[in-house]
Amino acid sequence: MKTFEYTRPRTVAEAVRLLNEHGPDAQLLAGGTDLVIELRNGWKEPEVVIDLKRIDELRPSITEDGGFIKISASTVMTDIAEDQRIQKYFPALVESAVVVGSVQIRARATLAGNICNGSPAADTAPPMLVYDAVVAIAGPNGMRRMQVDDFIVGPGKVALERGELVTAIELPIPQRPMGAAYTRLTRRRGTDLASITLCCGVDADGITRLAYGSVGPRAVLLVEMSGVLADPNASHETKADILNEMFLGASPSLRSMRASPDYRRAMLRVLGARALQTAIERLPRETAA
Amino acid sequence: MRDTLSIEVKVNGIDRSIEVPVHHTLLDVLREEVGLTGTKECCVVGECGACTVIVDGRPINSCLMLAVEVDGAEVTTVEGLAAEDGRLNPLQEAFLDKGAPQCGFCIPGQLMSAQALLDKKPNPTVDDVHEGLAGNLCRCAGYQQITAAVLAAAEVERQ
Repeated sequence: MKTFEYTRPRTVAEAVRLLNEHGPDAQLLAGGTDLVIELRNGWKEPEVVIDLKRIDELRPSITEDGGFIKISASTVMTDIAEDQRIQKYFPALVESAVVVGSVQIRARATLAGNICNGSPAADTAPPMLVYDAVVAIAGPNGMRRMQVDDFIVGPGKVALERGELVTAIELPIPQRPMGAAYTRLTRRRGTDLASITLCCGVDADGITRLAYGSVGPRAVLLVEMSGVLADPNASHETKADILNEMFLGASPSLRSMRASPDYRRAMLRVLGARALQTAIERLPRETAA
Repeated sequence: MRDTLSIEVKVNGIDRSIEVPVHHTLLDVLREEVGLTGTKECCVVGECGACTVIVDGRPINSCLMLAVEVDGAEVTTVEGLAAEDGRLNPLQEAFLDKGAPQCGFCIPGQLMSAQALLDKKPNPTVDDVHEGLAGNLCRCAGYQQITAAVLAAAEVERQ
């Protein structure tokens, strides 16, 4: 590993200043579960490494504020999985956080890092899309916010400009009852990168939000408003037709060693139908008036 | 540019002040600077778990952490499991009883993941053990004995 200047700013402003000053020669360090490998292999050779974990503003790591659950950039998967508010409002995010890597990885890997790395297979991307997460970004011109759907661009690419860093992921607490489920396809049961990641959420108004990843350059979100998918009494065939349409945008890699494109397309339909069914079952029934 | 940084870290209960190269991993520093070679280097990409140590109560891959990141933290390595007089702890005894170590290379990492699991969940199920140790590979495939040892250690602690 080549040496670098190691910095650990105490404020977001200081981190932004360092990032802006060094531009592409600076590298942010949160959990390090990807970065340390890249540094060791020489894939990245930054002049400056900026460790975010001593920034006071990023603590406490999970807060509830103004109808949002805010998860700071230094929050690790284990913290997310153990947080009772996230378990209550965003169970599908917990389901995705607990399958990232191993126990050891989850104790270090952050949610913000999972998104900022821009991996098409990021486990937490589909739930964040379904839950309509907002990315809070600090930069030389102050704070800005954008939907996670706009933030994710493509493999290894997110909408960050020079000098900018993600300070938090903000999840709006659902105003209407919602049921959601996360599922994935892997070659073995644990500790594997997913061949498909998929999250489905249905709400009490019959709106279905479906997001899937690992079958194209980035995870995608589709919203179905007709109410048919969310209808527990609609036939499987009708739902399958709608789901198939939603999966038309999948473009699985031809060269992946994990799964062939045909297999991924076939399994998308299976996982989609299953996650939809689970989401419907989890939707709290409205009590009859 | 400073290539080294002085860090304060508690390793196996002993406070240490160590001057570490900023680009060295915790694994490097534990083995090379502190002289604790029980922690093993193997895949160096966070897949095998041979380098597992406990930092502030959580098991982590020391190959994926820079040593500077443990400044102010508490680290337990496999050398920190036994009592000061060298008596093995119940988990280590159970590993021996059940024949869990075959070649032995993965065992320090297995022990650290298992200890972290038991510290958090004193009464784990078989599934808990499988999940808790999923990040630790054993090329001798001694998984059944390892799982049996963790469950037996939990049983001993209950008595």
